[in-house]
Amino acid sequence: MTAKAVTLAAAMREICGACDVLTDPLELRTYECDGLTSHRTVPALVVLPETAAEVAAVVRACAAAGVPFVARGSGTGLSGGAVPHAEGVLIVLSRMRRVLEVDPVSRRAVVEPGVTNLAVTQAAAPHGLFYAPDPSSQVVCSVGGNVAENSGGAHCLKHGFTVNHVLGLEIVTPAGELTWLGAGTGATAGYDLLGAFTGSEGTLGIVTKIVVKLTPAPEAVHLVLAAYDSLEAGGRAVTDVIAAGIVPAAIEMMDALSIEAAEAAVHCGYPEGASAVLLVELDGPAAEVEAELATVRKLCEAAGAREIRAADDPAQRAGIWAGRKSAFAAVGRLSPAYIVQDGVVPRTALGDVLARIAALSAESGIRVANVFHAGDGNLHPLVLYNDAVPGEAERAESVSGAILDACIEYGGSITGEHGVGVDKSRYMPKMFSAADLDTMQLVRCAFDPASLCNPGKIFPTPRLCGEVPGHRRGPRPAPSGAEIF
Amino acid sequence: MSVDLDVVRKDLVTACGKVRKGKAADAGDGGAPVPALVASPGSTAEAAAVMRVAAGHDLAVVARGTGSRLWWGTPAARCDLVIDMSRMNAVTEHAHGDLVARVQAGARIGDVQAALARAGQEIALDVPGAASVGGVVASGLAGPRRLRYGTPRDLLIGITIVRADGTIAKSGGKVVKNVAGYDLGKLFAGSAGTLGLITEATFRLHPRPAARAFVTAGYAAVPAACDAVAAAANSPLVASAVELSRPGPGGPIRVGVLLEGSPDGVAARAARMAGLLGDGVVADAPPAWWPGAPQAGPGQTLIRVSFWVSALARVLDTVDAAAAQAGVSPLITGSAGAGVLYLRTPAEGLLGQPGAAGEAGGDPEWTADPGGTAGQAIPAAVAEFVAAVRAAVAGERGAVTVLAAPAAVRGELAARGGMNGTVPGLALMRAVKDQFDPGHRLSPGRFPESA
Ligand SMILES: Cc1cc2nc3c(=O)[nH]c(=O)nc-3n(C[C@H](O)[C@H](O)[C@H](O)COP(=O)(O)OP(=O)(O)OC[C@H]3O[C@@H](n4cnc5c(N)ncnc54)[C@H](O)[C@@H]3O)c2cc1C
Repeated sequence: MTAKAVTLAAAMREICGACDVLTDPLELRTYECDGLTSHRTVPALVVLPETAAEVAAVVRACAAAGVPFVARGSGTGLSGGAVPHAEGVLIVLSRMRRVLEVDPVSRRAVVEPGVTNLAVTQAAAPHGLFYAPDPSSQVVCSVGGNVAENSGGAHCLKHGFTVNHVLGLEIVTPAGELTWLGAGTGATAGYDLLGAFTGSEGTLGIVTKIVVKLTPAPEAVHLVLAAYDSLEAGGRAVTDVIAAGIVPAAIEMMDALSIEAAEAAVHCGYPEGASAVLLVELDGPAAEVEAELATVRKLCEAAGAREIRAADDPAQRAGIWAGRKSAFAAVGRLSPAYIVQDGVVPRTALGDVLARIAALSAESGIRVANVFHAGDGNLHPLVLYNDAVPGEAERAESVSGAILDACIEYGGSITGEHGVGVDKSRYMPKMFSAADLDTMQLVRCAFDPASLCNPGKIFPTPRLCGEVPGHRRGPRPAPSGAEIF
Repeated sequence: MSVDLDVVRKDLVTACGKVRKGKAADAGDGGAPVPALVASPGSTAEAAAVMRVAAGHDLAVVARGTGSRLWWGTPAARCDLVIDMSRMNAVTEHAHGDLVARVQAGARIGDVQAALARAGQEIALDVPGAASVGGVVASGLAGPRRLRYGTPRDLLIGITIVRADGTIAKSGGKVVKNVAGYDLGKLFAGSAGTLGLITEATFRLHPRPAARAFVTAGYAAVPAACDAVAAAANSPLVASAVELSRPGPGGPIRVGVLLEGSPDGVAARAARMAGLLGDGVVADAPPAWWPGAPQAGPGQTLIRVSFWVSALARVLDTVDAAAAQAGVSPLITGSAGAGVLYLRTPAEGLLGQPGAAGEAGGDPEWTADPGGTAGQAIPAAVAEFVAAVRAAVAGERGAVTVLAAPAAVRGELAARGGMNGTVPGLALMRAVKDQFDPGHRLSPGRFPESA
């Protein structure tokens, strides 16, 4: 079967130029998955537009032909959000990578969607500013992708998520129109479509320009590493720090297995034999940080730390962070395959849920390494398995699912920062009622009634929008008592 | 309303028990229609039952928190039923270890803050204590601390709403970090009751700062004031607020900075901030002029100007020029460091204490006679002023929104860009409204019909 998208190739070459349209099967295969390699689909066509006008024209062509399209930034997503549609066009934004403007007095920058997260901070740094959301993938992931996923990072505990740092978006609507959401000032009349769009995983349109907020770089940064003989003891320290009214920039924890992996991979020199390593980073005005540092050290000791280290110079801090930041990749060396989970629990339930994970691991014989953002209860259990052993992948999958069940049971979420994508859409009905999901999809129907923009993501069952664009029904449907689900 | 009032009333009583006839006072000050009926649900389930009855009888519905800002924006054109949220006033859950609280929409923010304070925590919004949680969220109201903590949408982590057809829906949850599904909280924050009824909201909390300091300075010239604002907001001293106040065009400008933290830390930072401002004065209480959340009295027009801080001097000059041209004298206040100013006109003559209005403590005494002649000649001038500021700010990537205005000013504005001027994404907003409220029964006429 020739996908309808293929017949669009000529039109796309017209729009983007011949070398920015890929049809060669080998080239297409490069784009078959994002950072989550377990979901793969080869797209019918790949286009690499260079301007917002080109993106709009590409989308208009898709809309006119009824062909689905998917946006892709750097392809580091971990939920399969950028997995292409077999009969659709993949729109890759990586050629749109200009930092258009940095206004240090206003603390704002305007960037194109393909700009990497780190490049924003690099552009801001000469002015004593930085871009606060800092996903561990910041060297490669794109700001457009960050907006789509509402990405976080280790420091979002204090500084907030992408949505708290985006002030305006130029988007191409699923009908192919360029429009702005938000005025770029943080105060706009009408509905906060900017907020609703952020985190919509590429299902409401394609971002072509982003106005971001920049933050004054902190005067002082201190990192404390505390090693414990148990995760519980480390957890106690976290609780006590929060109870003391301190909001650290980051609180991260790693368990024995992930410490071992990181040690082997990057020789980070964490205290030997520790069952848990806690990293607490404090940032802010020097006087505040000094005072908080003393308190944090005291509380970490009181919780039974066997060793405490503190670092304030950038090189030392980077050395300590290297262990944490390498953890995902490092665990890959322990095991031929693994699943990264992203569940969240109320912070006070961390102990219970970690115990549950340990029990699940013991029962199933599937190893689980735990690396997590302890400050906000965002777990990243790494479920290890060997895909060469028959049945092990399935057992790993079932442990992984049971972990998400536990997160939901404790009032948490199935995803803290990686998004639902294709990977977790089947868990959505466990977290939300049919009415909740139906209501969310009203937004989808408003933006994309034809359901062409990244279809099949987030929602397990698409909602019929009830009206085709251009064929509007009367303004008032019969006043029925309830919606049919 | 399609049917007999008694039938509707009976159905509403079955839905929630607390139903009464509407009174003139239920319409508020803004010239909104007097509702036929008022229902006061005690739970989300009752609220949903009320909304189903309203849908069945095709009633125009207005949600009411405490009514403090009910007359903001464009008042509803029709109103058969007011849903009074005041019975839903509980703090449903305060997980202090998680720094999270779930609150019913009718609770007064002041009562909620008092409850949270017992655990040394707060919702980091400096808004009037009398406002309801639902009202604060629906109006997107925020005070000076928006610079550091943002507006209600930034602190909201979960929301429960009732749709126009009575369907109960929630999004988010009770964990701070959560990207599962679309964030309806963002959509409902600032929706002014036009998309659905907010019945519960969950907020992330912050520890109450142990100490605070206000550093203030006065400037005769615009450039010096603007430099002070930029220096304060861009410094690593982590200002929670950088406010500005100017009693009238061409007048002296006061700049004030709020610092929060530990006692020693705040003292050290305040001393440095005083230096940054030139010769700043440090105090531990807000100055009398501290703007607080934006507010307006009867007869006044409240205008929000948002812009990039690097354009502050041009914005101030623009306001001066437009005011001179139109013959009005607005009070200029607001979160200059965050790029948001509020212009309130007329500023003098209507206030009990000119220049001292809007202190953090609550509404000032209004000596105005809203129906009197003082306001008669002004509407055209106010509208001209708004249009002139809007035209000038358009070149600065800014936005000029009229948050509240008397009917006469709204009338004059209709032909001059309306309350909102050009709204980016308006076509999508209309589509969202059509999806959530296909019958346009929720605060009909307020938004986006008015835009
Ligand atoms: C090693 C590693 C560490 C990571 N650490 C973190 C972390 O700490 N925190 C975190 O939050 N995430 C993390 N991630 C996940 C990932 O990096 C983020 O989700 C990132 O924001 C994705 O950006 P991207 O450019 O790679 O997007 P892609 O993977 O290309 O796309 C992601 C989604 O965004 C959509 N999209 C992309 N561009 C646009 C656009 N311009 N307009 C509309 N939609 C668009 C896609 O359709 C897709 O749904 C990590 C990933 C890896 C591999």
